[in-house]
Amino acid sequence: MNEKIAKKAVVVDGQEIILNGEKNILEVAKKANIEIPTFCYHSDLSVYGACRMCLVEVEGRGLMPACSTSPEAGMVIKTTTSRVLQARRMIVEFYLANHERDCTVCERNLNCRLQAIAASLGIDEVRFGEREEKLPRDTSTFSLVRDPNRCILCGDCVRACKEIENIGIYDFTQRGSQTKVEPAFGKKLSEVECVYCGQCSVRCPTGALVVKSEVNSAWEAVLDSDLMVVAQIAPAVRVAIGEAFGLPPGEITTGKIVAALKKIGFDRVYDTAFSADLTVIEEAEEFFRRLQKGERLPQFTSCCPSWVIYAERNYPFYLENLSSARSPQQMFGSVIKNFIYEAENTPREKIVSVSIMPCTAKKFEARRPEFIHDEIPDVDIVLTAQETIRMIKTANIDFKELDPLPFDVPLGAGSGAGVIFGVTGGVTEAVLRYAYERLTGQELKEVEFKGVRGMDSTREAEVDFGGRKVKVAIVHGLANAQKLVKDMRSGERYYDFVEVMNCPGGCIGGGGMPLEYPDYQEVLRRRAEGLYNADRLSVVRKAQDNPSIKFLYEKWLKEANSEIAEHHLHTHYYSRRRISDEMIRIQEAKSAQKVDIAVCVGTSCYLKGSYDLLQELLELTKEYGVEDRVSVGATFCLERCTEGPNIRINEEVFSGISKDNLRQIFEEAVLSKLVAETH
Amino acid sequence: MEIEKESLVLSRQFEKVNAILRKYSHNVDNLIAILQEIQSEYRYLPEEILTYVATALQVSPAHVYGVATFYAQFSLEPKGEHIIRVCDGTACHVKGSAQILKAVRENLGLREGENTTSDLMFTVETVACIGACALAPALMVDEEVYGQMDEEKVQQLVDHLLGEGEKVDAV
Ligand code: SF4
Ligand code: SF4
Ligand code: SF4
Ligand code: FES
Ligand code: FES
Ligand code: FES
Repeated sequence: MNEKIAKKAVVVDGQEIILNGEKNILEVAKKANIEIPTFCYHSDLSVYGACRMCLVEVEGRGLMPACSTSPEAGMVIKTTTSRVLQARRMIVEFYLANHERDCTVCERNLNCRLQAIAASLGIDEVRFGEREEKLPRDTSTFSLVRDPNRCILCGDCVRACKEIENIGIYDFTQRGSQTKVEPAFGKKLSEVECVYCGQCSVRCPTGALVVKSEVNSAWEAVLDSDLMVVAQIAPAVRVAIGEAFGLPPGEITTGKIVAALKKIGFDRVYDTAFSADLTVIEEAEEFFRRLQKGERLPQFTSCCPSWVIYAERNYPFYLENLSSARSPQQMFGSVIKNFIYEAENTPREKIVSVSIMPCTAKKFEARRPEFIHDEIPDVDIVLTAQETIRMIKTANIDFKELDPLPFDVPLGAGSGAGVIFGVTGGVTEAVLRYAYERLTGQELKEVEFKGVRGMDSTREAEVDFGGRKVKVAIVHGLANAQKLVKDMRSGERYYDFVEVMNCPGGCIGGGGMPLEYPDYQEVLRRRAEGLYNADRLSVVRKAQDNPSIKFLYEKWLKEANSEIAEHHLHTHYYSRRRISDEMIRIQEAKSAQKVDIAVCVGTSCYLKGSYDLLQELLELTKEYGVEDRVSVGATFCLERCTEGPNIRINEEVFSGISKDNLRQIFEEAVLSKLVAETH
Repeated sequence: MEIEKESLVLSRQFEKVNAILRKYSHNVDNLIAILQEIQSEYRYLPEEILTYVATALQVSPAHVYGVATFYAQFSLEPKGEHIIRVCDGTACHVKGSAQILKAVRENLGLREGENTTSDLMFTVETVACIGACALAPALMVDEEVYGQMDEEKVQQLVDHLLGEGEKVDAV
């Protein structure tokens, strides 16, 4: 301790810094303009403190990890001593030794934290050998590519998926030199419960988890003069793409993005905020109808595909509560393929619809069979912000200096309400702006609903619509959504309308956004501010005032929730299994003439007591003396969770099984077959 | 006959899994103990049973898999009742352990990629030096060491293990 230092201060590299509630040495060093390198620290995840990249020297205490050491008054901290440098070099060399090092052909080249830290330390040799084993890459999903050969076992993805999503796709497996970070049983991401949100990838410091690129197909399309390439730009990306070109997070670059896309060769550029306005109206009208009839409440938003697939797998009881309105991306896709093509006099198959999204899950959404008609998808290509940045760089565009261009007419303009869809609470606020006027018949003067804004994980508000009080809740991060749903199921909370976004902060925190380390929360705050600024700068701030929206209803849709609108702008949901096909064999029939029974022990059916049914069934086979002719197994979800518990007899699924009807079903569907076959 | 026996074992095992889960009150804090008991039931940890355990404990399958692969005591591959460890340490390697391994596998009728016989009686592994270099090539059956092996002796040994032929003396 050094008496000369002011009370409540520390010294960082000779500079005195007054402490003001900083959590760790990283934050203190930042005040001294020192950015300490880190791999496993993220401001929005728990502190893991295992990568040792952030070591600094504290007088009298030696080397300490800056991310997990709290600053104490009087500490004398040195961030660059020969011991520190030696340790950091050694650590990076260790990581590199086990890491595939062909940076020039890596998706993260020049955008990789490992590479950047190695470069800043001037690593020019790796003393500990090479990676011996080459493991297969996982390209099984539409959203992400996992390359285990580039993994440095920092555990960031493990914590991201556990803490933000509460899904826990990855974990550390094996031990010693064999240690890996991988999904259960080394499975592919398409075979586990991944919701494709990319929260893991956006925190991965290397090329081990990257966005699956569609850049090549996008180039092919824009360079083919035979095709008409139509882009839509999601709200969130306009306040983030600039980050890759030296602009601060939150700076609105909408016009520059339009200009860049035009230079690249896109024929039309539209605003997803426009179809967000459409979503507002379709979803709000749906909500009013439900309110009136008092059915299918609470209504959940459905514009986030990760949330939707999560609900399909885990909340069969809420599937009919999800809004049937398609997401803004899919609404625009549908408008392009069902309306614009005619206005443009271009055959449908010559139109390529490309969406520029913050989101890796949107790639999956675009491939849902409901959104593909006669083999023509409504959205052909989904580019994340990261891929869009790549294209702008490939085209050598000086983004920062571009003069802004407006969106194309007549369907280019979105309202401020549509723009704030990109931030948590935005959908709710946009709907409220519409609902207020629609239900009270009065003009809404103060359009900003500050009560639903902010970054708290769960927020609620009560709005008075001329006597009818409506309770809304807003939640972001699936882990938080799970807690909310639990409370709602137990009756502890009640809402009429619930907005769920998978990603922290909403889409501004999407898995396809530019990478930001390590103070992600600060970046999110600024991106959110950017979107609210964009709203404030909009001439039109309510969906219902958007002239392009009026135009589309007049020319095509007639009115909200009309038959045409239902057909082209709404959708439906299915129960889906969480786990790829697996079967526990419990009883094997030895006879060739046999009946196969599978009892579902997936989460939903399991919780409804399917295990007891299984026991019952085994008893029945004994009672009737047909054990040798009835195979019984347990399976994980027959995709009819709402109607569970379910069993499958040969190819046929029987639902709503209970102790009371099991015997009858057994006699009718199992015994009869055995009798019929023996005679 | 065979199948009937197998079927009985299967349903009894699955019942046991549920009993074990109940015994530990479906509490994930007891995961290691649960896996230990399940393994002693199945002699290994089958993938679908681990998935079932994850469902029942309401944790992610990755977590269960992570624990199951971390501890050396757990095996995710079926393990036979008897483990035959063929030494591939330097001394044995030089004296032709590869032939010995091949002979053991052939006599047990193991196919490529298979390390356990389908009746779950034998698992074949290779190990580094079992401390019997003077008797190389050597192998172990459970705790017994057999030295100076050759193809003929391997055949004799396996025959005996299968309940035929004469006993081969351990070291
Ligand atoms: S994409 Fe999302 S759900 Fe899938 S592993 Fe990553 S964080 Fe988990
Ligand atoms: S995949 Fe990436 S985030 Fe996950 S442990 Fe490996 S390096 Fe870290
Ligand atoms: S919150 Fe937005 S960015 Fe994140 S998964 Fe949902 S739609 Fe995609
Ligand atoms: S140990 Fe501090 S960043 Fe990893
Ligand atoms: S859990 Fe989905 S059908 Fe049983
Ligand atoms: S090398 Fe085989 S026993 Fe030593």
